[in-house]
Amino acid sequence: MGIRQPIQRLGGVTLAILRDMGRMLTFLLYALYTIARRPGRPIHILKQLHFIGAKSLFVICLTAAFTGMVLGLQGYYTLAKFGSEGMLGSAVALSLIRELGPVLTALMVTGRAGSAITAEIGIMKITEQIDALKTMALEPFKYLVSPKVIAAVIAVPLLCAVFDVVGIAGGYVVGVKLLGVNPGTYFFEMEKSVVAKDVISGFIKSLSFGLIISWVCCFKGYNAGHGAEGVSRATTAAVVMSSVSVLIWDYFLTSVLL
Amino acid sequence: MIKLVNVCKSFGSQCVLNNLSLEIPRGLITAVIGPSGEGKSVLLKQLIGLQAPDSGQVIVDGTDITRLGRSSLNRVREKFGMLFQNAALFDSLTVFENVAFPLEEKTSLSRQEIKSKVHEALRHVGLSGIDHKYPDELSGGMKKRVGLARALLLKPQIILFDEPTTGLDPIICRAIHQLIADTHRLFGFTAVIVSHEIPEIFDISHRVAMLFRGEIIEEGPTETVRNSRHPVVRQFIDGSLEGPIQFLK
Ligand SMILES: Nc1ncnc2c1ncn2[C@@H]1O[C@H](COP(=O)(O)OP(=O)(O)OP(=O)(O)O)[C@@H](O)[C@H]1O
Ligand SMILES: [Mg+2]
Repeated sequence: MGIRQPIQRLGGVTLAILRDMGRMLTFLLYALYTIARRPGRPIHILKQLHFIGAKSLFVICLTAAFTGMVLGLQGYYTLAKFGSEGMLGSAVALSLIRELGPVLTALMVTGRAGSAITAEIGIMKITEQIDALKTMALEPFKYLVSPKVIAAVIAVPLLCAVFDVVGIAGGYVVGVKLLGVNPGTYFFEMEKSVVAKDVISGFIKSLSFGLIISWVCCFKGYNAGHGAEGVSRATTAAVVMSSVSVLIWDYFLTSVLL
Repeated sequence: MIKLVNVCKSFGSQCVLNNLSLEIPRGLITAVIGPSGEGKSVLLKQLIGLQAPDSGQVIVDGTDITRLGRSSLNRVREKFGMLFQNAALFDSLTVFENVAFPLEEKTSLSRQEIKSKVHEALRHVGLSGIDHKYPDELSGGMKKRVGLARALLLKPQIILFDEPTTGLDPIICRAIHQLIADTHRLFGFTAVIVSHEIPEIFDISHRVAMLFRGEIIEEGPTETVRNSRHPVVRQFIDGSLEGPIQFLK
């Protein structure tokens, strides 16, 4: 008797996790199916692009500028130990394009737009607005999920590109203007070391991050529990899960793309 | 015609609909009455496939909708309109956008046509000049009426009303009943109205069904039910405290 209980509980938890993963997967498949069949009116996608993309620009630029500046400082300090301050440009650009740009963009978008997506869908669910859509013979995924997924997959890579550019400029300001690295060397080293593969891998990363964020956040909203507390829990869970998934997926992608 | 055959629906251990069968004839107004919390709203949700029964069939014009996949179910739902008990308006859209939403999504009308249709529908429910308001800026009764305008606008063949007049003053209540009866005369839809307005609802309904303890205990033409001898129906219609329905058990 003593040993059976914990084992039973372990089995129960495992089953619950597996069931959740299955539900998430079918959710994603159905979302992709809806996108393929009936992507919905462009106006819905444009609205989401505005919300996820355009409205995130400011916070992305701010984060990018400071990230680039910190990279400039840290990079200079480290490189100066080996007397190779000239490499600063390539150090800043490579870390931004390959890694920090996509990941930090994804984390910022999760915090700013992902949480809002979950809250919006969650509230619509608990107030029967999703049911109201169904009674009008309108497919809720077409209005609530696909526009957000499409918009996120478009917006996150673009935001990431902006992040990279602003970050490199931030590194330039600190490295060249403050610490006195030669401006020609900064950009020459950068051009020499950054190859198409780096840019493409960053692009693939941010593309998949866009999908992960919108998928997780829509799913959590769609499955929100009871009342205000249910929605707030769903929002928290969405942000945590989306951020963690982004970081884990980043590791796998990096190891494959390297 | 809509037919419920041996429908059972439970939430956990609570059995709400217990082997319930009911026929809703085409082109007539059927009123569903019954004590609060007995499953009238649940019954309506079965009819349009928002909740699936645990067992039994829901047959709409010959198709059992409990067996349909998402897209074929959607095709059946094209025939339906529904007014929710809580109105279920889209709370981030204005009144105008709420009513216009199904038109914009499902028809190819021009902006101008949509505008005039929406204004006409809102005028019919006595709500002119609140286009720009959001649902949270409306009173409960106003929300109900916006929901009603939205449900009637697409002229569906079957309309489900979940308490269309609860929370409205007696004059608006009568006007809404009048509106439903008039629209019915014009378009001849099939209607299911869940209502607590007894006896007013009898004036516009052709048939009445009474739901009690998960079953339809009485169903028939309005006059028959109104004069029913069934003790539960009698007590409910008379609204007396004495009888088989014990409120304070
Ligand atoms: N989603 C749900 N989960 C669990 N129980 C539910 C759910 N929906 C309804 N119920 C239960 O089913 C019963 C019937 O609810 P329903 O809303 O159909 O009542 P009603 O007849 O419409 O009452 P009223 O006249 O007050 O609107 C209630 O006891 C309610 O607690
Ligand atoms: Mg109800």
